[in-house]
Order: sequence, then C-alpha cells, then structure tokens
Amino acid sequence: MLYAFLCYNNEAAVMSWSKTEDDVVMARLSEVREKLRRQGKLGPSLRLMPTTAATTLIKEKDLVLDGPYAETKEALLGFYIIDCANLEDALGVARELSAANPGGAYEIRPVRLFNDDQLPQASAV
Amino acid sequence: LTDLAWIDAALTSARPQALSALLRYFRDLDTAEEAYQDACLKALTAWPRNGPPRDPAAWLIFVGRNVAIDAKRRAAKQQTLPDEDQLSDLSDIESDVVASLDAADYRDDILRLLFVCCHPELPATQQVALALRIVSGLSVAQIARAFLISEAAMEQRITRAKRRVSAAGAPFETPTAVERSERLAAVAAMLYLVFNEGYSANSCDASARAALCDEAIRLARLLLQLFPSEPEIMGLTALMLLQRARAEARFNPDGEMVLLENQNRALWSRDKIAEGLALLDKAIRHQVRGPYQIQAAIAALHARAQSFVDTDWAQIELLYASLEHMQPSPVVTLNRAVAVSKARGAAPALVMIEPLAQRLDGYFHFHGVRGTLLMQLARHGEARAAFNRAIALANSPAEAMHIRAQLDKLQEAAGGQ
Repeated sequence: MLYAFLCYNNEAAVMSWSKTEDDVVMARLSEVREKLRRQGKLGPSLRLMPTTAATTLIKEKDLVLDGPYAETKEALLGFYIIDCANLEDALGVARELSAANPGGAYEIRPVRLFNDDQLPQASAV
Repeated sequence: LTDLAWIDAALTSARPQALSALLRYFRDLDTAEEAYQDACLKALTAWPRNGPPRDPAAWLIFVGRNVAIDAKRRAAKQQTLPDEDQLSDLSDIESDVVASLDAADYRDDILRLLFVCCHPELPATQQVALALRIVSGLSVAQIARAFLISEAAMEQRITRAKRRVSAAGAPFETPTAVERSERLAAVAAMLYLVFNEGYSANSCDASARAALCDEAIRLARLLLQLFPSEPEIMGLTALMLLQRARAEARFNPDGEMVLLENQNRALWSRDKIAEGLALLDKAIRHQVRGPYQIQAAIAALHARAQSFVDTDWAQIELLYASLEHMQPSPVVTLNRAVAVSKARGAAPALVMIEPLAQRLDGYFHFHGVRGTLLMQLARHGEARAAFNRAIALANSPAEAMHIRAQLDKLQEAAGGQ
C-alpha cells in the first residue's frame, strides 16, 4: 500500500529556525530517507514554499485568492505535481482540472525542494 | 532540535503577535514588553514540563496579561493569582483566548506594533534599531554588534527613540482603510531599511548584520500573511529574497566585495530565487504597479540571466524608466544610465548622468559610474579624476579597493598606449 505523509507544523516557528537549525533537521531527515531509499520504499518527497507563496482557486466561482486554502470544512483529497511555466500557466491547468471535477478548491503552492525518488515498479499500486 | 531551540523558535515567531496584543491591552510599550518578558520566563519553565502549547502566542498573551495584572494587584496588596503550577496548565483557558483573538484584530495589532517603530520623526537608523529591539526582540548587544557601535551607545539610541515614540503616543483606534494602507507603506519602507542595514554590510563575516536581512524577510512574510493580497508587500518580499539569494557570491574568501558582473552565479540560492519569482508572479497578477514590484522585477531579470552578458539590459532600462517615472530620484536615473550603458553604450549613458553632477556630487557610486563610462569612452584623464573623487567618498575598504582596481586598469591602458 502506498501512503502519503502530509507534514504539518507551526509555520512561523519553522520559518524562525536559523539556517543551522534547518540544516540539522534536514540532515536528520535525509538519514531516514536514505534508509527508506535503500529498502526500496521511498517515493517522491518534497518541501513546499511558505504559504505566502500560495494562491487558491475557488473552483465553482472561478475566484482566485492570494494565500493558502484556509477553510477547514473540506478535507485534503489528493494532489498533483505539475511542471508549470508560471502562476498564470498553473492557474490555467487548475481551471482545466476544475472543469473536469468542479467543486472545492485548488491551492497552488510552488514546491521548494523535490526529491524525485522512484518506487520500484512492483510496489506501485 | 533540542527543547531550548524549539522554545526559542516558538518564542521568536510568537513575539510580534503576543507583544502587539499586550500593547493594545496595556497601551504602553514598556508595560507590554515587561509583561511579555515575564510570560517568556514562565514559558521557559512551563513548556519543557508540559509540552508546547497549541498556540504559543495565545499562551504568552494570556500569561503576560495576567502576570502584569497580578503584579499590579500585588502592588495594591490585593488578592493574587494562583501560582505558577496552576498557571502552566492552560489548555481550557487558552482556547477561550484563542477564540477571542479575532484575525482582523491581531492583524491591526501587529501592524500597529510595526508602525510604532516608523514614526516619521525618527531617523532611519533609530527606526531600524527600534524595530529590531521591539518587534524582533534582539538584545541591545546584538543590535549594537550589527550597527558596529558600542552597546552603551545603542542603549542610548533605543532609549531616545522609545521616548520619542511614547511622547507621540501609539495610535490605538482601529485604523480606517486609508490609514491602514498608509501604515502598511510606512512599515514596508521600514522593513526595507532593516534589510538594507544588513545588506550593506561590507564583509561576509559580518554575520550579525547579515542576520538582519533574514529578519527583514521573516517580518515581511509575516506582514504578507496578514495582508495576503497586497501586491507591494509581495513585491517587497520578492525583492528582498532575490537580493538575499546572492549573499554567498557577494564576497570572496578574503571577505572582499564581488561585483554583480563577477559573481559566481552557481553560489546564488536557488530556493530564494524561486520563492522570489513565485511572489513576483503573484504580485504581477494584480496589475497594480509599484516601486517594490519594479525593483523586484529588475532583480528577477538578474536572477534569471545565466551570466552577466546574458542580462536583459534593455528590459532593465525600461523598468528603471518606469521606476524613475513613479519615484523620480537622481539615484534611480543613475541606475537607469548603467542599464543604458550596457544596452546602448557609454555615450548616451554619460549624457544622462552629466545633469546629476551637482545633486550626486557627494555620492560614491556617481563618481564610480561616471569614471567607468569615461574610461569606456577612452577619456582617461577625466576618468582618473572621477575615480579619485570616488575613492575619497568610498564607504568601505571594499568599495575603495574596487575603484583602485579601475585605476590600475587605466594605468595599464596608459602603459599599453
């Protein structure tokens, strides 16, 4: 079974880490990732840019809002990683997806760091 | 992270919100700061024992308010609050405080706290020092190190600034839309001052100053969270990120400044560039131009260029022209002239800057740029005179060294003739 691990934390506090503190955490995480990679269990992992870099498309109203999706009534049901030229391009893709599946919202958040580890073919669903 | 590092990060990030709410409550900066300090002391004992609170800012506001009230009661020999053991278990009370922290309220609270530091009567250096002390919570010693002055002198500077601010009185009424946007503009300018205080550090080992750049970016992100649809705040944040991205390349191993054209672009921070570009993209979508966005767009063109020769100088010239239109200043014209010289040659650039001679006579960069243009036009005698004038005005050894290198080039050219 493939599991997604969604990382939550106090953003302001994490943003207050010094570079050294951040590096220490990233180094510790990379040890865990390395172990998982050796076991052939690791898929792509990534770090998102701050929420200030996010833009949200409210699908049915075709309303573009600055910032992350803040409502708590809806649940996170899935996500895409898509290579877009810029925000306009990304909004175009989001509208295309939205036409296929109206309702809810897309939060469009640039990715800061992407580790494109590939799962062995056999373990993919 | 160790316990202490986690607590430190939590306290730092909660500070603007907690302190600004306490300021609204007590309407006095000193009382608010004392209450916040006391709450932090209690956090240092309570948090390792009970674990981090769900909302550190709410915890600090609640405890800070009560400790200060308690102190007043004690002074009046009235009934005191329960002791610290009970105080540290806040889970229920805390949630009430969280509920009462209306997002719109605390947005204005934090803006007020930042705005207090940019009182128009305060000179720029005092604004920066005050913001670092009050909003960022840096110690007087840390700030003094960043400004390269003694701790006593900095203490005095901050005390003086505080006195002026409290005489002026902080604006406690809820701001109107116009006031809010004026405050935002003042705060944005002050954050850019903080950034530049760090960015103008003249050697790479001045890490105390470089930290100011990161602090300015952190506060700009905070401001952007509070005002997510302000294109100029996006532009300012983007501008600072794009400039900060070059940090590692701006100094050589000997600590000497490296000019943009000679920087090793592989050392530029891709993370910061990507975030800066993403924010600029968001800002441009609003189609409301502003000086920070234009400056960020210029920085973005540098960031996008694979090498110095690949730089889109024609576009940079256009951007400086619209900046000049928006904010006329001889320094902006000087920058536009540099772009013109790259795009179209030294002659038209020199024509542009000659009328600035009087206003920029005391400005190092004017004479540096003028000397370079004259050198390119093979007017060596005049170039030498301009460079000599620049050296006399250099603000740092690195700047002087750069001009000396130009003079050496002139010497070589003369020798080669």
